[in-house]
Amino acid sequence: MTATTANLSAAGTARRSLRRDRPRYGELAVQGLLFLAALVSIATTIGIVLSFVAPTVELFTGRGVSLREFLTGTDWGPLFAQPTYGVLPLVVATLVITVIAVAVAIPVGLMTAIYLSEYAGPRARKFLKPTLEVLAGIPTVVFGFFALQFVTPLLQAVLPGSQYPKIFNGLSAGLVMGVMIIPTVASLSEDALSAVPRSLRDGAFALGSSSRQVSTRVVVPAALSGIVAAFVLGISRAIGETMIVTIAAGSQPNFTLNPLVSLQTMTAFIAQAGSGDAPVGSTAYDTIFAVGSLLFLMTLALNIVSIRLVRKYREVYE
Amino acid sequence: MSITFDTTERAPAPSPLKGRGERPLDRAFRYLLLAALGVGLVFLAVLLTYVTVRGWSRLDARLWQNFPSRLPSRAGAQSAIVGTIWLIALTALWVLPTGILTAIYLEEYADPERRINRIIELNIQNLAAVPSIVFGILGLGILARTLGLGFNLLTASLTLALLVLPVVIIASREAIRAVPNSIRLGSLALGATRWQTIWRQVLPAAVPGMATGAILALSRAMGEAAPLLLLGAATSVAFNPDGLFSAYSALPLQIYQWVSLPQAAFAELASAAIITLLVVLLIMNSLAIFIRQKFSRRW
Repeated sequence: MTATTANLSAAGTARRSLRRDRPRYGELAVQGLLFLAALVSIATTIGIVLSFVAPTVELFTGRGVSLREFLTGTDWGPLFAQPTYGVLPLVVATLVITVIAVAVAIPVGLMTAIYLSEYAGPRARKFLKPTLEVLAGIPTVVFGFFALQFVTPLLQAVLPGSQYPKIFNGLSAGLVMGVMIIPTVASLSEDALSAVPRSLRDGAFALGSSSRQVSTRVVVPAALSGIVAAFVLGISRAIGETMIVTIAAGSQPNFTLNPLVSLQTMTAFIAQAGSGDAPVGSTAYDTIFAVGSLLFLMTLALNIVSIRLVRKYREVYE
Repeated sequence: MSITFDTTERAPAPSPLKGRGERPLDRAFRYLLLAALGVGLVFLAVLLTYVTVRGWSRLDARLWQNFPSRLPSRAGAQSAIVGTIWLIALTALWVLPTGILTAIYLEEYADPERRINRIIELNIQNLAAVPSIVFGILGLGILARTLGLGFNLLTASLTLALLVLPVVIIASREAIRAVPNSIRLGSLALGATRWQTIWRQVLPAAVPGMATGAILALSRAMGEAAPLLLLGAATSVAFNPDGLFSAYSALPLQIYQWVSLPQAAFAELASAAIITLLVVLLIMNSLAIFIRQKFSRRW
């Protein structure tokens, strides 16, 4: 009873503070621990940025590789005896394969989402959603293997002689990558479509629209920013994907828009150079980080756009 | 931004207008949608069939009894299988406490108005979309080289842990958020401290959701090869790892190595290893779905 003292106010009434007079140290400790855990994620991002900065700066200042040559040169051969450092073949290859992948994934993904959201009954949904989750869960090595061993020979058999794809080609990798991204696009687009209130659909149906008209003229336009966010995220995944292109698109950088030959993407180069024995501090080692910085910046820009778009569409309905 | 689909009930979609019949344009649109659906389904079916047919002959005891070898008939994946088990165990050890504690902090303690907390949330969303090879670069540059940890199980498991950390955080947050506030308020009203409320009421209720998220995160980590390529696992390892600082191999990597070899016999071996990996992943994902269906309570 002596621990809690009565606080006498000026008017003379006894008032006891409801708070304990000593803080609960256990609670404070727990709070501190939790905050530290949360900081791990920040440390990760800082770590990623830090790991890039030093070798990249080293490459451009210490080793005298000019930034202009890096960004505009069309000859990529940093591991050769007479090294060249033009990164454009890698960037163009990444973009070509991404375009092919996205040309598959965006229409198919969006249409799958429309079907799931507007047309599919509960039984169809029970079957389709797990199937898409299975497709999403297949490791990318498996896709790469399939691209090399099945899709490439198939393309070689099917395409006419003038368009004969080489054993390592960008088309095969791009097509398979497109299918790999379908679940990402479909899932996020479906989220966006489901967020559209039922009243909009009901109103359109009441006016005599068919499902097609409701889907294409009411729901999709209403969910547009979320759908675009899904597309942007799909593009970002395509740019950052490594295993499919490393296995199926080859490790020979060609500066061309032709997808039927070997195309080494930025990620494939990083994988190739990083798995070799480049000694630390060598120019070859630094190029891994320089190309990595470029890759990270591209995907970061796309991710930020996507996150902003998702936030925008969420605000409209909540 | 998780890939899992919402499983709540919804009103069935209206069927095509009876009586007048479906208009041709509407029917064509519906067929177009079904064709799109077909692309994914057919691809999946062909992929699974191809891999099974190609690898069936090599699906025998040699796969897990033998070590990698230059002779395809002698080669097996024991070092890769054991390595993967080690790797996933260690990754779980690093990522589950960190991710769950972060989720608890963000959901229970953090004031969303404060700048630092908004930065943390934005950061996690960003990390969830960073390519996996960038994590490999992080592991190579900072963990292996700058911190001098070297190329071993420790570096690899830490890198994979960071890779799947956002998945664990996001899934755990949703699980915690799903617990109704009345539970917390009731506990606090009875005199429990904040942490007692969390530890004894909120967390036990959120365990199924967190378990699902954990399994999905670990199954993602199990299939990753790109970061490991940069972390010294590319060399063929023909022994089981024997400690935290041991060299290692992993099943996706072994598959990649066999795929890169020209002999057709190695393609068969790779297919068999793929079947193994897919079966394990299927079991894990089914377990996650089972836990979600069976144990998630309706409040």
